[in-house]
Amino acid sequence: MAFAAFATAEAQPQVQKRKSRIALFLLLPGILYLVLFFLTPLISLVLTSLQTPAEFGDIGQYDYAFNWQNYVTVVQQYLPHILRSFGYALAATVLALLFSYPLAYFIGVKARRWPLLQSLMLVLVIAPFFISFLLRTLAWKQLLSDESFIITSLKALSLMAPDAHFTGTPAAVIFGLTYNFIPFMTLPLYTTLERLDTRYLEAGSDLYANAFTVFRKITIPLSMPGIVAGTLLTFIPAAGDYVNASRDFLGGPDTQMMGNVIEANFLVLLNYPAAAALSIILMAAILVLVSIYVKRSGTEDLL
Amino acid sequence: MAVREFAERGADLELVGIQKRFPGFTAIEELDLVIPAGSFFALLGPSGCGKTTTLRLVAGLEEPTRGRILIGGKDVTDTKSHERPVNTVFQSYALFPHMTVIENVAFGLKRRRISDAVAKAHEALRLVELDHLAQRRPQQLSGGQQQRVALARAIVNRPALLLLDEPLGALDLKLRRQMQLELKTIQEEVGLTFLHVTHDQEEAMTMADTVAVMNKGAIEQMGAPAELYELPRTVFVANFLGQSNLFTGQVVGTTSTAITVEAADARIVVPTARAQRHQGEVAVGVRPEKVVLHTEEPAATADRNVLGPGRVIDVSFSGVSTQYLVDLGALGTVVVFAQNVGSGPVAGLGAEVWVSWEVAHGFGLDDVPVEAGRFPADDSTTSIAAQRREGLVSELEEH
Repeated sequence: MAFAAFATAEAQPQVQKRKSRIALFLLLPGILYLVLFFLTPLISLVLTSLQTPAEFGDIGQYDYAFNWQNYVTVVQQYLPHILRSFGYALAATVLALLFSYPLAYFIGVKARRWPLLQSLMLVLVIAPFFISFLLRTLAWKQLLSDESFIITSLKALSLMAPDAHFTGTPAAVIFGLTYNFIPFMTLPLYTTLERLDTRYLEAGSDLYANAFTVFRKITIPLSMPGIVAGTLLTFIPAAGDYVNASRDFLGGPDTQMMGNVIEANFLVLLNYPAAAALSIILMAAILVLVSIYVKRSGTEDLL
Repeated sequence: MAVREFAERGADLELVGIQKRFPGFTAIEELDLVIPAGSFFALLGPSGCGKTTTLRLVAGLEEPTRGRILIGGKDVTDTKSHERPVNTVFQSYALFPHMTVIENVAFGLKRRRISDAVAKAHEALRLVELDHLAQRRPQQLSGGQQQRVALARAIVNRPALLLLDEPLGALDLKLRRQMQLELKTIQEEVGLTFLHVTHDQEEAMTMADTVAVMNKGAIEQMGAPAELYELPRTVFVANFLGQSNLFTGQVVGTTSTAITVEAADARIVVPTARAQRHQGEVAVGVRPEKVVLHTEEPAATADRNVLGPGRVIDVSFSGVSTQYLVDLGALGTVVVFAQNVGSGPVAGLGAEVWVSWEVAHGFGLDDVPVEAGRFPADDSTTSIAAQRREGLVSELEEH
């Protein structure tokens, strides 16, 4: 067996070379696209983040420089926002996972016998996508405003203090993030759970594992690829989100996240270097967190 | 009732009045079965006869619609599968892909909090000669190795009852023979009760002490392999367990020792003790290897049945033996196995021959063959739909 493997490997280099050339050719459009629309703005962003204000210019005029102090300044100035961003994103990711897992498990495993129910529930998970994300968030703002039925009822039942608000609180922002990114958690979870071989669960139960142990030792590890994909798809956009936390939607002055600060710097304060530096910090932080996470979760051989 | 101790020995398994219905069909009609402790019991039957369902009921993976299941005298019908002193070697092996071989084998021990789980798991792996692969993932092993890991994972728990669900089905012939021997050795060494489900009659006969032949959700006949083979009681058993030459006819004479059956224009004598029915229409038969081929008409004697003359319509050589198919006219065809020992007549294709066998080798069955053929009626909705469609298409073509 081993010898056979070597023999085929030796006979192959020529075919391999031709194959790799074709592969390169096929990759070309993608590479060009990435260079044009991803690499160029990225370089431009890095350069902007190092600019200094023009000496005699107006507000919003900057010269190219190597002003790395921009980074120090923004971190000092916006550390609470940076921490808040990751805190909210983490909370939303955990909540989305807690809501989505049972849902995805039901659709992917329990509903296998009823394909119609399965498709119906999947459509329901995807249905919110048919309406603009901004509209849906605005609708929630209305539903959760101080005059809304929900809040007035809660106050009438003394479940909320009479002078309390829900919109503008961290809870409202986390609620909005969770709500908006739940499909991104549910769908990857569903795809792995749908393929889950229930014979493993039977084998676990045959080997003296009770339902909870089977879930912990077999179901969870086997659905790890879906959990990793879902949490990444939720955490990354949630950390950079600026809609939910915005004052115009569910947020308030105390719930501003990095996205809101970047927006304000770019569009209101016209402080482009600060906005660019913040964007790069956000990107780098996400990259580091995600790579640690993927390494730690040890799903390489399951993916 | 967590199962915290190893079973000292195998336990009896008792199924009382078991019935299992699924939406749309009944897998098991009515099943009563007692498997004594320490025995190697095989449930043999074609696919869809309910044997795997029986196994899953015992394992606790299905609930019976009716009836009780007792293991070692204790009623476990309402006990969850993880609380039963039973382990299964699954047909698909079902080795956990996210665990190494040793983690797989130690899984059951750890759930029961048995001390030295890993050491005991290594011991079980040594028994199946795979300890050197303990750190591999199941996907990195060959089918035969996976099968042995699955076996180790089950027997390491020393269950009172070990269930085997066609575990050898995916193996090639040589490996299967080897595993059959190993299984048998392990069973004798550890003294557990084995319940083996298979559709391979040879496997069932070589391994089991007792074989139960199942058909359409019920047990047709049960006994030691040799007993079943030598004296089948029903047409199904006669044909499923080895081959049989069957003749249907009326009983025309009965003495205290033998009955005479007239089939077509021939008379066949069968010992009374070996016949299930002694009057009316009966089916009698004989195994192909008991039948002798003659190129000249043999002298009729009281202790041999002679049929013929007939013509050889097929000869197939298989090394150790030659199989002849002899057309006996109204009696139908007879299969003859002749051992290639270099003596005895050799008949060519088309030769005129007679066949004979000792009266003591014949058997009489409890039922008669029906023309439906070997396979049960295919009455699934898809096949009915397909047949209807075919009928309509041919009707259209005619017009």
